[in-house]
Amino acid sequence: MKHARLMQYCSEYWEEALSENKIKITINGIETLCDRDDTILKVAKKIGVKIPHLCNDKRLEPYGGCRLCIVEVKGVPRPLPACTTPATENMEIITDNDSIRKLRANLIELLLSNHPNDCMRCERTGDCKLQNLSYEYGVDGSRFEGEKWDLPIREDNPFISYEPNKCILCGRCTRICNEVVMAGTIELTGRGFNSMPDTAFKKPRTLENCEFCGQCVSTCPTGALTDRKGRGKGRSYDLKKIKTTCSYCGTGCNFYLNVRDGKVVKVTSDTDAPVNQGNLCIKGRYGYDFIHSEDRIKTPLIKIGDKFVEAAWDEALDLIAEKFSSLMKKHGNESVGAFSSSRCTNEENFLLSKFVRTVFRSNNVDNCARV
Amino acid sequence: MPQPVLKGESMTDKRCEEVLEKHQKEKGNIISLLQNIQEVFGYIPEDTVFWFSRELNIPASSFYGVATFYAQFYLKPRGKNIITACCGTACHVKGSGPIINKIREELKLPEGETTSKDGKFTVESVACVGACSIAPVFIGNKKVFGKMTIEKASEMLKGIDKGKGA
Amino acid sequence: MPAKKTAKKADIKDLVIRVCVGTGGLAAGSQEVMDEFGSQLKSHGIKAEIVKKCVNKTGCRGFCAKDVLADVILNDKSETYQLLTPEMVSRIVEEHIVNGSPVKEWLVGPEYHAFHDKQTKILLKQCGHIDPEDIDAYIKIGGYEGARKIFSLEPSEVIEEIRASGLRGRGGAGFLTGLKWELCSKAEGSPKYIICNADEGDPGAFMDRSVIEGNPHSVIEGMVIGGYAIGANYGYVYIRAEYPLAIQRLKIAISDARKKGFLGENIFKTKFDFDIKIKEGAGAFICGEETALIASIEGKRGMPRAKPPFPAHKGLWGKPTVINNVETLSTLPTIITQGAKWFSSIGTEKSKGTKVFAITGKIKNTGLIEVPMGMSLREIVYDIGGGCEKNCALKAVQTGGPSGGCIPASHIDMPVDYESLMAIGSMMGSGGMVVMDDTTCMVDMAKFFLSFTQNESCGKCTPCRIGTKRMLEILTRITNGKGREGDIELLLELGNSIKLTSLCGLGMSAPNPVLSTIRFFRDEYEAHIRDGICPAAVCKALRIYTVSVELCKMCGKCFKACPSAAIAWEKKQPAKIDKGKCIKCGACYEACPFNAIL
Repeated sequence: MKHARLMQYCSEYWEEALSENKIKITINGIETLCDRDDTILKVAKKIGVKIPHLCNDKRLEPYGGCRLCIVEVKGVPRPLPACTTPATENMEIITDNDSIRKLRANLIELLLSNHPNDCMRCERTGDCKLQNLSYEYGVDGSRFEGEKWDLPIREDNPFISYEPNKCILCGRCTRICNEVVMAGTIELTGRGFNSMPDTAFKKPRTLENCEFCGQCVSTCPTGALTDRKGRGKGRSYDLKKIKTTCSYCGTGCNFYLNVRDGKVVKVTSDTDAPVNQGNLCIKGRYGYDFIHSEDRIKTPLIKIGDKFVEAAWDEALDLIAEKFSSLMKKHGNESVGAFSSSRCTNEENFLLSKFVRTVFRSNNVDNCARV
Repeated sequence: MPQPVLKGESMTDKRCEEVLEKHQKEKGNIISLLQNIQEVFGYIPEDTVFWFSRELNIPASSFYGVATFYAQFYLKPRGKNIITACCGTACHVKGSGPIINKIREELKLPEGETTSKDGKFTVESVACVGACSIAPVFIGNKKVFGKMTIEKASEMLKGIDKGKGA
Repeated sequence: MPAKKTAKKADIKDLVIRVCVGTGGLAAGSQEVMDEFGSQLKSHGIKAEIVKKCVNKTGCRGFCAKDVLADVILNDKSETYQLLTPEMVSRIVEEHIVNGSPVKEWLVGPEYHAFHDKQTKILLKQCGHIDPEDIDAYIKIGGYEGARKIFSLEPSEVIEEIRASGLRGRGGAGFLTGLKWELCSKAEGSPKYIICNADEGDPGAFMDRSVIEGNPHSVIEGMVIGGYAIGANYGYVYIRAEYPLAIQRLKIAISDARKKGFLGENIFKTKFDFDIKIKEGAGAFICGEETALIASIEGKRGMPRAKPPFPAHKGLWGKPTVINNVETLSTLPTIITQGAKWFSSIGTEKSKGTKVFAITGKIKNTGLIEVPMGMSLREIVYDIGGGCEKNCALKAVQTGGPSGGCIPASHIDMPVDYESLMAIGSMMGSGGMVVMDDTTCMVDMAKFFLSFTQNESCGKCTPCRIGTKRMLEILTRITNGKGREGDIELLLELGNSIKLTSLCGLGMSAPNPVLSTIRFFRDEYEAHIRDGICPAAVCKALRIYTVSVELCKMCGKCFKACPSAAIAWEKKQPAKIDKGKCIKCGACYEACPFNAIL
């Protein structure tokens, strides 16, 4: 019986594998099957072959700008970018050899030749993709002296710091702003060596042109875009990352609370989160001040006269139960109802509705999310 | 998304509306819209961008990104007379460089500026205009001046200033 | 010399005056010449209708070095005048038209005929002979016959015919036109588009402009043929805004073609609809690249994207699109009417037909020429071009504009076709050809081309955005006399790396001018770096200015001109230049009226 099921499983697997859309490719000698439209980078990732890249983010359309993901494909006279090249039948790919490494090293050198290289005081040190690649490939930008950007740091808003000098023009920030958020706050401006992501007419970010979702910060591979609130409060390796679910609404986005000495210093994306794939809104990413707020209410309050007085949970719940019961007795079941917060989860909303309908025996139940 | 409203410039508003009307056929084509704006205003005024952004529900950054990508668009007002120097191979070889310097010198243009202080002249360079046989080539208010020399450049400036166009 | 036989006005049976009014001609004053012919003829009592009819404007005939050119065709006898000015017109009217004896000293010389005789004109055949603003003139010489003919064929047969002709794209890469069409016609998706790429931006190349200015209907007819073959009902012409005359003539041509029923619905009384829209470029060289061009038509920043998917599958608005260059399209009508066999009999085995080149630089006969593929460079430069200006020694020929490379004089006998050019590290490109003699500095030349591409880089990919900038900085350093040992190797390493890793054709070919000049003129680079000498004496910073004591007239002008007090001079004493203080600005050189500064 067991054997039969295994056989069936195998035949299903092969059927799927050999169906029209599955093709065979070889990466570094490893044979694998993939979909016809898959890019080389995607397939390589799936089988655990690492290819360096800076401009790719799985939330975004392939771009092919940084060129670091170049690989050798048998029969093609020039290296091809893994992020934009689709796999084709019987493709043979080498992701790492001397000549590829040499070309990648050149590219990193070029990026570093227009970079402040001030890692010792940079916010992203330890978590910077450019820094890591520079270390891995053993290069700096010193062979190419010449013009370097010398632009001031922009801190014209409460949430997002922009250091253009550290920008490598991967276009991830502008693409996430336009492809995912569809806010159109920033766009690549200018041309050639002088092109850079910016707002229209280089205006400061305000609520008029920006949602402050910080998506651009979440995708920036260098220290060009950083969370202003977290600056100077610890680098990646100083921070404990605690995965949690956002408490603001019922969507259930996941993210990491970055904690140092018992304090939340910033929020970072969890790109593997099933619900939000690392995407967050202004509340999730920047609305964490309440956690350590002195005004935060931690116990129930009961109003006595015109003053709120701290109380124990049992005391408060008893009071609520008593008041509801008496109201229902006096005015009937239809006189009461419940209203849940949009910060509640689906499960909580379900429970509340059940509670109102079965305990209150009322249909007066609603949620404040009236969008 | 709210955008700054045009401030009390009803004239601008009216001209924008005319451009918009003309543009409706080519919905959303930012380049042709910017070309139309520039035709009317002579450059791309900042507030017109925000105006169109609001009317067409296209982010202002998209306009700005396109306007700064193409050499044809100007974000600052330009001079009354436009002198364009061809920077093609032939013109380079035949000495357009010193002539440009001479023109800039006569108009007292500081480094990095293209428009003279009195707003009379703007000096620009373009990629090859394709009239290599008469290099070096300059264009003064759409009229082509071939086989330019330093002496002829001064004459050209004087002529244009007097409104003769040549 | 008195005329033997004095013609009377009554003898003028037939008079045609054709004045070249291309951009080159207009700049040289052809409009004024035309007007002068009109008023002179009138004042000689020749009827106004004749005047109106007989003074024709024509497109560029290629030989722009001798503009203004005009043909005077009197009673079927044609004479061509060169370098005309309005002042010369009255004498021509008087002596030639009224009295019947041409003004000999103003007629074109043998070089005009040599320039034309060696060429094989298919594309430029009608340029300079017909009025580009008159559709009937085009129809009269057999225009739109090709378009008429294709409707009796299946689209696949049209594609097969173009395939058989061996026509390759004239825009640069030389992809087989028929194959491109076939890919697009088989691609799924509707509607399909055909785009005419008239975003000619190579410095030194102006053939597309000349074709559109001189014979716009041939481009429209080519687009109709292409549109029918691939099944596209819409065409776009993407043209540089810097070509106002070409745009204007194209607009006239399109509206005339619509009136005749050659564009619009049910064209040529068939069930096929086809119309053309003009899209003006906004000034970005990169938009000559297919995917950038598409982005630009869609109204976006003209940045190329990765291929595949190729435009033939996913092009404009994500639909199958064919993009052909002006020259390619305007060759099509002739291929259809004369047949693929005829076309493929011209040229070499792999490069068929003719190619238009714009020859400029240090050459006697600058202008536009059309020659069969495979003609030797020697024939082009010496027989057609008339050799170097001032009879200097030829040093090199740069082909393919900023994407191409230099061919040294030692390779002058090589054939000019796609493969040979590639093999030598250059390319066909759009057909710019810049001739350089021994007064051209190859490092400076490479710097010029690279500064062009660097300036036009869109900024999307790392190697092109930063790499070309760094290469340019190294070249600038070398031409400023601050080159270092190892700079040549660094240029080679960087150049090869940029070629291999760039996203689009612009970046892939940007280092070519540098790599090819290093390959053939490495000694010039070394002279700059090691000896501090510019062998062609072009690089100002490497010049050492001295005063010739024999020639110096002791006027002191150089002393006054020097901005850095490097010149010592006293009355009645020859000037002296202090090399230490000299900043090599050249002000003294310019100021000296006696050429005494060396």
